[in-house]
Amino acid sequence: MPIFYTKDHEWISVEGKNATTGITAYAAEQLGDVVFVETPDVGLKVAKGQDMAVVESVKAASDVYAPVGGEVTKSNEALADAPETVNDDPEGEGWFVKLTLSDPSELDELMDAAAYKTFCENA
Amino acid sequence: MSMQTVGRLSQPVVTGTSDCVTVSGSKGLLQREDLLFEVGAANQTGVDLPGLKNRSDRLGGVRRAQPLQLAGLSEPQAVRHYVRLSQKNYAIDLGLFPLGSCTMKHNPRLNEKMARLPGFANIHPLQPESSVQGGLALIDELADWLKRLTGMPAVAMSPKAGAHGELCGMLAIRKALEVRGELASRRRVLVPASAHGTNPATAIQCGFTVDEIKADARGRVDMADLELKLQQTDDIAAIMLTNPNTCGLFETDIKAIADLIHAAGGYFYCDGANFNAIVGRVRPGDLGVDAMHINLHKTFSTPHGGGGPGSGPTVLSDALAPYAPLPFVERTEAGLRLVENDCEESQHSFGRMIAFHGQMGMFVRALAYMLSHGGDGLKQVAEDAVLNANYIQVRLKTVMTPAFSGYCMHEALFSDAFTAEGVETIDIAKALIDEGYHPMTMYFPLVVHGAMLIEPTETESKQELDRFCDVMTDIAARASRGHDSLLTAPVNAPVKRLDETQAARRPVLKWQPPVNEAIAAE
Amino acid sequence: MRYLPLTDQDRRQMLATIGAASIDDFYEDVPVSARLSGAIEGLPSHQGELAVERHLSGLASRNRTADDGPFFLGGGAYRHHVPASVDMIIQRSEFLTTYTPYQPEIAQGTLQTLFEFQTQVAAMTAMDVANASMYDGSTACAEAAVMACRVTRRKKVIMSGGVHPHYAAATRLLCEAQGIEVIQLPPAIDGELDLIESVNDDTACVIGQSPNFFGTITDLSPVSEAAHANKALMVSVFTEAVSLGLVTPPGEMGADIAVGEGQSIGGALNYGGPYVGLFACKDKLVRQMPGRLCGETVDADGQRGFVLTLSTREQHIRRDKATSNICTNSGLCALAFTAHMSLLGGVGLEHLARLNHEVACDLADALGAIEGVEILTPRFFNEFAYRIPKSAGPVLEKLLAKGVVAGVQACRLLPGQGLDDVMITSATECNTPDDIAAYAAALKECLS
Repeated sequence: MPIFYTKDHEWISVEGKNATTGITAYAAEQLGDVVFVETPDVGLKVAKGQDMAVVESVKAASDVYAPVGGEVTKSNEALADAPETVNDDPEGEGWFVKLTLSDPSELDELMDAAAYKTFCENA
Repeated sequence: MSMQTVGRLSQPVVTGTSDCVTVSGSKGLLQREDLLFEVGAANQTGVDLPGLKNRSDRLGGVRRAQPLQLAGLSEPQAVRHYVRLSQKNYAIDLGLFPLGSCTMKHNPRLNEKMARLPGFANIHPLQPESSVQGGLALIDELADWLKRLTGMPAVAMSPKAGAHGELCGMLAIRKALEVRGELASRRRVLVPASAHGTNPATAIQCGFTVDEIKADARGRVDMADLELKLQQTDDIAAIMLTNPNTCGLFETDIKAIADLIHAAGGYFYCDGANFNAIVGRVRPGDLGVDAMHINLHKTFSTPHGGGGPGSGPTVLSDALAPYAPLPFVERTEAGLRLVENDCEESQHSFGRMIAFHGQMGMFVRALAYMLSHGGDGLKQVAEDAVLNANYIQVRLKTVMTPAFSGYCMHEALFSDAFTAEGVETIDIAKALIDEGYHPMTMYFPLVVHGAMLIEPTETESKQELDRFCDVMTDIAARASRGHDSLLTAPVNAPVKRLDETQAARRPVLKWQPPVNEAIAAE
Repeated sequence: MRYLPLTDQDRRQMLATIGAASIDDFYEDVPVSARLSGAIEGLPSHQGELAVERHLSGLASRNRTADDGPFFLGGGAYRHHVPASVDMIIQRSEFLTTYTPYQPEIAQGTLQTLFEFQTQVAAMTAMDVANASMYDGSTACAEAAVMACRVTRRKKVIMSGGVHPHYAAATRLLCEAQGIEVIQLPPAIDGELDLIESVNDDTACVIGQSPNFFGTITDLSPVSEAAHANKALMVSVFTEAVSLGLVTPPGEMGADIAVGEGQSIGGALNYGGPYVGLFACKDKLVRQMPGRLCGETVDADGQRGFVLTLSTREQHIRRDKATSNICTNSGLCALAFTAHMSLLGGVGLEHLARLNHEVACDLADALGAIEGVEILTPRFFNEFAYRIPKSAGPVLEKLLAKGVVAGVQACRLLPGQGLDDVMITSATECNTPDDIAAYAAALKECLS
């Protein structure tokens, strides 16, 4: 499954028209201990770049943006009770939202793993 | 995602057992004290009330169903409980409290005595005006001082705190735009990146959008960025600018900024948090300001009280004065009166922000302070505050990293550039606690990395400043060497570093009786 | 200058250390045209304590205090007896002269008392959780309305005609600035249940008050049910915190948010401020709550301690996305509240509340017996409205001339609503039988 990254530190893993998104390991580390996650209701239609979730650490609250446009098919409700999962496994169990893509061509504007690594090193 | 990652959370560093274990849990003068619900008993009370007649009631059955289960304390228990707790607090009366942008100055006790005069403390806000002429006169006299000190023609007295004063000023601006018929088109409020968080929050509360202006290399507003933002469109409602700014610097281009914003059809809101640096020396009215709140609890010495109550009277320019909130005091031939409702004099008022007339208890204290200092003393206040800050900046500039070059106003700002890898601003703050000081403001303003903002105020003697600088010099030296002692600090405080992560992940926001605790523990 | 420790010699030495020629050097960034050349016109010079005290005592002596004779004024601020130890506690240097507890290791005193305050307020209102206080009851009410709009993502608020008119005005102001529509029902002495008819599926919240501005107490449960049936929130308001010891509290009436004024407990009248706003809500709404919250945790040694928590909701972190721009609570007033409540305890508060109610019933009996007086409030706690066959304002002035502060004319806060002949009067534990007799006698004379 190809994985793409945004400049706002979200990742998106794509399988056909379906995708899973979350925040990157780099972002999770920068935020520090995550204490609260709010994920959207299923059925929400988001445009690329629209805020769709909130993640809070003790020192910061951040909006999480949709890497691409689509419709929310599943939210990771387990994060409500175990927000530390975002720190423990940000790009696995700590996923935020599953989407169906409205326009797969939007993926073209995102970075691959190598480009994102360079991006973070220069941040 | 939008990511803001300044600061480091306070995470406990496990240090094993405490170095001083006692059976009682107390440590010498510092007494262990449980929650009042654990100290007291359900049927205890420390108030003797007259007996009840058990007459027929007129409640119509609208009665509490469950009896109120709250422990009470006898008077000796209560006094001891709160005295013991008080000793776990740092306070200005104990030592220097260098919190930048907070102006933690001495709180004169005369103020407290005057505020407790029954003629001020024991009058009701809805008494007939004829029975409170002295109270109205006090508000009027304080308003007169504020107008003269700021060079502004009007002041709204009702805002209850600094942020509430900001709301007042921005609502006046909103109303002015509405009267001009431009509220729908002017949506944007410019706020510098260095601004206090209340500024953008206030703009949003008033229905505006926020557009951030950059800071330049000197810690001031980036004029090029400002001009660019003003040229782009004609949707500017206002600029919100702190002066002296949160970097402790006077905005050199302030008049040009005021002219630019006025030419663009917007208003100039000045955050008056740092008025202590200029009181008696510079009048905001001479700088083109349209509205500015004054924190009576900063510049005019009313006590901070552990986080309030404050008071934030807001001065207004001629352009905004007609929109001032209700109520206000008016001088008439028959004496002073309160304009409380919509009427001819208040036809443009933007409305009422609060119940009643404002923080009278704080007004009395502030006026006592002003009368004590007089115009001459207030000027000396600003000068000594600025002198003290510059003295600290100079004494520490070789061991710490000043954020900007040149003189500061009433507070000195340093970055964490001098610290060794692994040592952060928070560690320096906690080390200060071990030395018997309250830390400086940390990680604010956001435009400086690991910011440390030190505001001594004018009520510190040279000896106190020297002692503080000696301590800071030692801590800075340890910080630049990466000394381990900083990471476990504080060890001399009533508690060690607290686990803020646990507090936020599993919020416990009230005490529960033990039976529930037992269930939760299972 | 008694408050300034620097001597002229200190100042010279410090300038020399800094390398500045004079204080003026520090003000070089001030535009030349804004530099004041001399003293500000019209301000007196500094004065000693004695002179300041004389001046302010002179102003204070021109006010009629609540202890200067029979006093029955309420309307959102209430005269109660505060135990002497409460003032001693809030004058402790360590509480009075400290800042917001941002450094928890040296602020456990403030933090623990806030935790105790939150516990007390939650219990009194019968709600899940309370914050560390707001500016006052009126701003708490306004914040509750905008919070309800955030939670429900709706933009319409409905308020009863019994909500304190100043609370209603503060709420309208904040809501309208944010594009929230506020529908206020006309003033009504016993109209809280009228809210039921007004709620529909675009309502964010309904705001009812008990005891309301006219003193009427109402079980708001049917309003809550109507609100919840429309997925709207119920906001329950009170201005007299002592009533919580006897009257059905918000949580027992299905309120989602409870707000009110806490001045009655631990607070002086202070001509209207500072007071302390109480704010409580259901657990599930806590992350949308405005204001500070104190929470329990442990330190590095595992000892219990307290910290400000969930602060990412607040302006200093969230900035333009904060739940509110509020940056303070009403700390010292909250401490006074907690100290007074800890002296009362649950049993003491209930006793005090019953005492208030009895005195108010005695007053209603005495006034109701006067020809021409009609008691309007059907069910009350310690405050009620009555009608007289004359305009109330001039009668109040006449009563004042006879030494009685009898209450407030409803039209002072609700002008132009046909309430010119309505008085609102309140009685507390401070009123003696002699006070009541003097009030009744004076009113009788004024009406005859």
